[in-house]
Amino acid sequence: MALNGNLRDFTVTQLLNLVNLASKTGTLVIEGPNETAEVSFREGKLAYAMIGRENGSLASILHKGKKLSTSQYRSIQQRAGHVTDKELGLLLINAGYLSQEDILTTLQKSFMGVMRDLFTWVEGFFRFENNKLPPDDKISIRLDLENLIIEGSRQLREWEQLQEEIPSLEMALKFADRPGANLKNVNLSVEEWRVVSYITPKNKISQIAKATKMDDMEIRRIVYGLIQAGLVEITRPEGAKPKLAKDMFPTQDKVEQKSLINRLINRIGNI
Amino acid sequence: MQTVKMVVTGPFSSGKTEFIGSVSEIDVVATERKITGAGEKEIKDATTVAMDFGRITVDEDLVLYLFGTPGQKRFDFMWEILSEGMLGFIVMIDSARPETFREARSILQTFRAYAPTPYVVAANKQDVDDAWELEDMRNALRLDPKVKLLPCVATDLKSVKDVLLELLYSILAEMETGG
Repeated sequence: MALNGNLRDFTVTQLLNLVNLASKTGTLVIEGPNETAEVSFREGKLAYAMIGRENGSLASILHKGKKLSTSQYRSIQQRAGHVTDKELGLLLINAGYLSQEDILTTLQKSFMGVMRDLFTWVEGFFRFENNKLPPDDKISIRLDLENLIIEGSRQLREWEQLQEEIPSLEMALKFADRPGANLKNVNLSVEEWRVVSYITPKNKISQIAKATKMDDMEIRRIVYGLIQAGLVEITRPEGAKPKLAKDMFPTQDKVEQKSLINRLINRIGNI
Repeated sequence: MQTVKMVVTGPFSSGKTEFIGSVSEIDVVATERKITGAGEKEIKDATTVAMDFGRITVDEDLVLYLFGTPGQKRFDFMWEILSEGMLGFIVMIDSARPETFREARSILQTFRAYAPTPYVVAANKQDVDDAWELEDMRNALRLDPKVKLLPCVATDLKSVKDVLLELLYSILAEMETGG
């Protein structure tokens, strides 16, 4: 089945996360506005990455990684242009010029550089081609995605965490009713003070955001900080109806409630 | 006569109206209007602006109402009203439109904030070629492994029944664990 879409809806970091969690093997093709990137994975680990028409040959990567001088690079291009990456790697190792580790580390740095560039892409279509791997003559690596995901997802994670902590801006805030919580002893920023000045169970967080001209991210960040500091608590807006779950059943009798659910199950099962 | 209700929610064009229509014993009372936004019109011509309404008569003493929420964000003021007193809710997601997953997640969180009632997630349109696999959807939606993510085809009665039954089983299990 398809794994495709637009980067506007799925960030590169989220895609890496999917590949990682599902231990996927294949190639992620991202068609950006100017270039196309191909990133290959084997069992959820980064194997190969290349952007656009850049020279992704081993010689070029080793040159960029300062493992080959410019003259050596030119010489290889002229005399060994037909040699595959794997063959070149073996030649360099057998000649004692580079170790296997040197080559793999340089490739790893290069691929991570590609990924860092990709993190900045916000536009473009992506598709995941299952089981498609780089050509056999290319040297692939096995790099865990976790660090890359962490690096690329800091901002995304912050946003998502804030959404989880404060799922709805249609709730209100109240000052924590506990000893020791004293605003006078806390160093608040100007922005935090602006928010604090509007805190009352009558004001929804969304209304405070509007009054202070803050976007969702900013208001959530400040409210989250105040909650974590133990200064405020989320509460239902004053005048709102009580918890909805209490009236989910027409009866408060537990036995009748179970009977009701079982009747629903039987009825729907027999439709 | 006792009445209970379930809410079917989800992003725009995720299949809520079809879901209710498949199982309701009455024609769904749909409040649809022609779409004016260009981007939305590419997907479908009419959308639900207030709610869909379906009914299943259980017996002479009990009726289940199914309410479908309007999918477009600008009608979200209706959500809390519709969720009042619900037994549980179903989040419909179009498996072939990953651009709606983030919104689906947000809707899910919002409904969770409204009421601590059980819910299931229905991965609709699993019969189309572009549908994402359930495992990928679960990861993308960051659903807890305990949350039921069910394959669904909203136009197929059996599939819709299975989703409703799973929600009812969840409600029952919740009652049993909660005393």
